[in-house]
Amino acid sequence: MTQQQVFPEWRHEPLDGVLYQCRELIEDSKFPTVQRWRANGGKVVGHFQVYFPEEIAHAAGVLPFKLRGASVEPLKADSHFGSYLCSILKTSLELVLSKHIELDMFVTHPICDAARNLAGVWGRNFSFPCQILYLPQNANSSHACEYLRGEYDRLKRCIEEIAGRSVTDDDLRNSLNVFNQNRALLRELYAIKRDTPWLLSVDEAYSLLCVGGMIPREEHNEMLRAVLPLIRERSVKRQDKIRVVFEGGFCEQPPFDLIRTIGRTCYVVDDDLLIGLRWILEDVPLDGDPLSQLAEAYLEKSSYSPVQHDLRKPKEAMLLRRVADSKADAVIVTAAKMCEPGLEEQVAYTRSLDKERVPYFVSEFEENMSSFDHLEIQLETFMENLLFD
Amino acid sequence: MAETGSVDTIVGRGNRDGARLFREWFTELTEAAEEDRRGAYVFVMGSFCELLRVFDFPIVFPEINSLQTAVRHVAHEYLDEAEDYGYSPDICGYVKADVATQLRGGRLPMGRIPKPAVAVFTNACNTYIKWAEIWERMYGIPTFALDIPGSRTAGGQTWPGDRDFENDRRYVEAQIRELIPALEKVSGVKFDIDKLRETMGHQNTMSRGWSRVLKSNENRPSVFNALSDGTIFLGVANGFRGAPEGAQYFDDLVEEMEYKAANGIGTLTDEQYRLIFVGVPCYTIFRRFNELFTEWGGTFVNSTYLWFASGGTNLGFQYDLENPIESLAHGMLVSVRDAMDSMFFQSDILAEMVDSYHGDGIVYHPIKSCRTVSTGLADCRRKLMEDRNIFSLFVESDMMDKRVVSEAQIKNRVDAFFEGLATRRRQAAMAAE
Repeated sequence: MTQQQVFPEWRHEPLDGVLYQCRELIEDSKFPTVQRWRANGGKVVGHFQVYFPEEIAHAAGVLPFKLRGASVEPLKADSHFGSYLCSILKTSLELVLSKHIELDMFVTHPICDAARNLAGVWGRNFSFPCQILYLPQNANSSHACEYLRGEYDRLKRCIEEIAGRSVTDDDLRNSLNVFNQNRALLRELYAIKRDTPWLLSVDEAYSLLCVGGMIPREEHNEMLRAVLPLIRERSVKRQDKIRVVFEGGFCEQPPFDLIRTIGRTCYVVDDDLLIGLRWILEDVPLDGDPLSQLAEAYLEKSSYSPVQHDLRKPKEAMLLRRVADSKADAVIVTAAKMCEPGLEEQVAYTRSLDKERVPYFVSEFEENMSSFDHLEIQLETFMENLLFD
Repeated sequence: MAETGSVDTIVGRGNRDGARLFREWFTELTEAAEEDRRGAYVFVMGSFCELLRVFDFPIVFPEINSLQTAVRHVAHEYLDEAEDYGYSPDICGYVKADVATQLRGGRLPMGRIPKPAVAVFTNACNTYIKWAEIWERMYGIPTFALDIPGSRTAGGQTWPGDRDFENDRRYVEAQIRELIPALEKVSGVKFDIDKLRETMGHQNTMSRGWSRVLKSNENRPSVFNALSDGTIFLGVANGFRGAPEGAQYFDDLVEEMEYKAANGIGTLTDEQYRLIFVGVPCYTIFRRFNELFTEWGGTFVNSTYLWFASGGTNLGFQYDLENPIESLAHGMLVSVRDAMDSMFFQSDILAEMVDSYHGDGIVYHPIKSCRTVSTGLADCRRKLMEDRNIFSLFVESDMMDKRVVSEAQIKNRVDAFFEGLATRRRQAAMAAE
């Protein structure tokens, strides 16, 4: 495996320095960590939102890179798409057309009607393999796990081809172990945010999380291990802020400044930002067949999002559970502009929140929006109404 | 064959019988609604009507109901009602028209539809999934996803014997086997495999007929307009899938089209330009949209719509009636996959269509409502322009929402397109001299 440090900037920094470096990295549309990885001969699989079994790429020594759009003008990509589409489709393509990043493989998923088209669009424009990973949309079939195991095996063979090496079960178990550690560390991160939100704002937590999709997981684990104790030791005064769940960040990401704006007005005690990085909720067992275990975890030990259909997980019920588990007082229900699944789910969410008398704030965002003053005033008004109700 | 012989009896029969069958279908649905008999709600890409007919469900296609509101110029009333309910202006208009239909107790301009007993849907369109979740919430009914994996890459289809194909086929078959007892429970009707053989036999006739009808338009002059006539044929292909009336209709339609081809009877009296339509029709101004092309002597000889909206019936897949369930899984997998290919990986398909149907140009009609169909069209157009220099028109509007349909703007674009086509033709003629 090409194992190298691609993000040394955080090392030897105090907590604020680490957070600053993470913020700088996630806002850098040149994606320097990916460039460094490739400069050292590493291969990169770019995977579109929401969930991707990164362990399979990792086991082949390939960097799984989470494509989540970027704050760039889609100057070249725009002419490849029509109107009425979300921004992340365009900016993700722009990154590669403009050579901000170079990939060895691209994988999209049947998460929505637009994203499914990306294998075709990318495949017409690039010579590297571009494909759809058909994650099951009938999670309730007793055969779904066996099917997904077969689909993961197909993906493994494709990745082996670009990696130029075969992947053994032991390679996969090693990767499962690395990612299990990462999941445990992220659970800790979110526990801090939930239990002591004054120690960690939503934008800080987001920075620490987001970096995970851009660097090798071993490096991310090392950083989180170093940072988590520092967060707990932080001396920050608790403020009289409303505890809020943020919902709507499962695919296109709100601009970082919007997340920061939200963080200024309330305590975000749970969210679905980059939920794919936290999709699997428990350790994946290291015994047995690793691909079967990974497939089962996707189906049976996982979070929820508007883009997975599972009769056991009605989205509005899951949101209410998220609210209850995090002891939130209110919800920010957002969706990216033109995001069909997100916009459709808003109706179910808000009707359900109405029924349960949970206050909520509805909004839309776009990754390239740049003015937040109006939204901040609206949010402040919403929060003040709750505080003084 | 119902009739033979004369121009008067054969030519136009497909349109007349199609309209009649539709009226009869809606009369039956209205009766079911009035008697509070519940229906099976399905979608055009993978309706599984062959199976559902075994359980005697009235079959409801909400997509067809929704498009009818646009054709009858009342879609805006339905859209407004759904948006008042909370749905965004930026989501699928079909979904919103259906939400309003449900809020109105199933009332539509052409009749009334029964409430759902069950919804069966594939993943061919992700919005199907979100749509079914709405009924699940509204009515608490059982809903069944039949997940059909599509092609992973352009030209990357796998076939029987390949381990990846077999993985997909086993998954589809397992889901069908899980669906059957669930349908028995909902309907109270015991599964009868011989009845399934019967419906699949009718579907074999329809699929064979659909494939031949599409092929008949390779003829010059073209024997039907893929946008106007084709939509009527498509309605029967979906609404009567697996039914004896559907099988009879397609036998008759094949006869009509082959008669027209043999006798040189074209859909236009003076066919000037042969066009391929890509996308979903503009139902808001359905007739006028087509006229904008026919007035220039342009006719649509084929469309991806007739492929994907028939659930891939264009393949003409023939079920093996000796092994109905295995064959149903196989047939649905390759057919729905083909429907998806014509949306997600359509550039090679279009290039072949242009060749085999002697197309002069392609009309891309991406719409606000449908990202499934529309997302890749601009890029596909670029590719075909670069690789094949295929002349094309790219005009955006919607199939339902008149707020984003501007007839004047569309006309300007269409007129410029034909002027360009004429110039090209002149230049080609001059170069040949």
